[in-house]
Amino acid sequence: MLYFLIRRFFWAIFLFFCATVITYIIFFVIPSDPASIACGTHCTPQQIVHIRHSLHLDLPIYQQYWLFLWNIIRHQSLGYSYVNGVSVRWIIGQDAPVTASLVFGGAVFWLAISIPIGILSALRPRSILDRFGMIFVLIGISAPAVWIGLILAYVIGFKLGWTPIAGYCNLIPGSGVAGSCSGPAQWAYHMILPWLTFMFLFAALYVRLIRATVMETMSEDYVRTARAKGAPGQRVLVQHVLRNSMLPVVTILGMDIGLALGGAVFTETVFQLRGLGSELILSANRDDLPVVVGVVVFACIAVIVFNFIVDVAYAWLDPRIRLD
Amino acid sequence: MALLEVDDLVTRFRTDDGIVKAVSGVTFSLDRGKTLGVVGESGSGKSVTFLTVMGLNDPRHTETTGSVRFDGNEILGLSTSQMRGIRGRRIGMIFQDPMTSLNPVKTIGWQLQEAVLLHNDVTKEEARKRAIDILKEVEIPRADTRVDDYPHQFSGGMRQRVMIAMALINNPEVLIADEPTTALDVTTQAQILRLMTKLQKEHEMAIVMITHDLGVVAELADDVLVMYGGRIVEKSEVHDLFEKPEMPYTWGLLGSLPRLNTTAERLEQIPGQPPSLLRPPRGCAFNPRCPYVFDRCREELPDLRAGAVGEGHTFRCHLADEDRARIWDAKKAALEAAEGSAA
Repeated sequence: MLYFLIRRFFWAIFLFFCATVITYIIFFVIPSDPASIACGTHCTPQQIVHIRHSLHLDLPIYQQYWLFLWNIIRHQSLGYSYVNGVSVRWIIGQDAPVTASLVFGGAVFWLAISIPIGILSALRPRSILDRFGMIFVLIGISAPAVWIGLILAYVIGFKLGWTPIAGYCNLIPGSGVAGSCSGPAQWAYHMILPWLTFMFLFAALYVRLIRATVMETMSEDYVRTARAKGAPGQRVLVQHVLRNSMLPVVTILGMDIGLALGGAVFTETVFQLRGLGSELILSANRDDLPVVVGVVVFACIAVIVFNFIVDVAYAWLDPRIRLD
Repeated sequence: MALLEVDDLVTRFRTDDGIVKAVSGVTFSLDRGKTLGVVGESGSGKSVTFLTVMGLNDPRHTETTGSVRFDGNEILGLSTSQMRGIRGRRIGMIFQDPMTSLNPVKTIGWQLQEAVLLHNDVTKEEARKRAIDILKEVEIPRADTRVDDYPHQFSGGMRQRVMIAMALINNPEVLIADEPTTALDVTTQAQILRLMTKLQKEHEMAIVMITHDLGVVAELADDVLVMYGGRIVEKSEVHDLFEKPEMPYTWGLLGSLPRLNTTAERLEQIPGQPPSLLRPPRGCAFNPRCPYVFDRCREELPDLRAGAVGEGHTFRCHLADEDRARIWDAKKAALEAAEGSAA
């Protein structure tokens, strides 16, 4: 276990370097002038030169990268936005809860629907439920997130008026800007449509995945052994099939959550949620390198953490796997 | 009254390609404490016959007719909940591949305890004690610590012992062993067979030994069923079968048995492939591979009929008695000559 942790730690550092270096190189290659954007429309060339100097944009790229690393080590800081000078750490601190609300809430929704449907359609292949489930899966796989989001916002939010069309409310009451909505009820109320969008997108894949793994596990020899022992069908399913068939689901789930935390760009954009995904798009358009790198670093950490959770969960689910 | 009486059992599977006639009219009986050997190639219906007896076929794709009486009561067509009272309690079953027949994510002890708790109203501690006792009985060393191990921590032979332990933990009257030694190496095979005979005496149970290995049958069985194409083609007491097999398929099986003390350079083999159960051949199922085939074999299915020793030895073959006697005598002489010259 210790060896596993050490290996994971070094792997995380390696991944961190790769991702940030690539981000810096991309920014360097793309012709851009953050200084003039930061300055605004009516700037003298002297002002631009001055801003360029104060943002260290006149330094060579490797020195800029070194400064970025030094700030992390020395000040635990990810730097400041070129555009408005706000701390990147603060920006991510603001955006991450929004994305996390979307991803984890969405995951609860998509699992809540795909686990029962997946299992039931595996138990009754070719039944009406199975075929209905497959239609649902097909829609979810073929339809883009933006389209599903807009349709939901139009039908449920606008035509029926049941939910807000867009926006976000803080989960913790009284936090956030004064006068803005907050509290668990408002939070959930505003998040329902984004969650449903996530549910459509992911439940489709998960129904298929769960159906396939449950069916495969049902035909395992040890399931026949359990039935030969005289175990009732429900017990066979719960004790012998489910745990074995959850292994691939856990893997994919961990990877999906890790990835989605790095930015659910489309869903956030449609519902005007100021999460990491929409922040990333905004900053990339403004050539705001520190914020982009900040989001990339956060996404890296999310992927690494969730891969780690998957490995631990795997070892817990399957005694054949040892973490070393 | 026999313990297990199977009468005219038919099992058909509905598949996308059509109906597979896996078992066609199988009739036999098994007495208490006896061992029945069931021999045949893959796809001869030997496993399906006993999965049907246990009610373990998928009911959605299976049609079954005929009769299975266990201890005088009809059990074919019992509800699943009634059947559960028999499975694992009065009839135990072990399977071919011990590597895949145990749940990989549960300890051996958990799986043994489950078998106890399903059929007995006892505490978990009592169930665990029984699990350890039965592991000792199947000669697993350090049973009281190994009970908490997972299947992957056991070798193939040890896992098959665990499977046997699990089948025997509720003292069943019948143990159905579906090729229990096929996946094991030869020395382990011998140990498992010896263990099974020992346990059979101690538990006074009947054993059905499904195998394609005539050596196993010769060693353990009292009676033998030879199956081919979903039908019984020869049924006999064991010595009689080896002494005077009555039909060409059994001759082929005996001829293909490897022997150490022979000069023959190659094993005899039965040419061709087992018959398709989707579209079985007309007449005798063995006719496309039979070296003694004649017109009648291609038209008419031979009935099970009695040979020289009477009803105790029946077989399916159209060949006349004197022809079969002549052919077998010649084959036997050839086999013995090969052994003799090697000696």
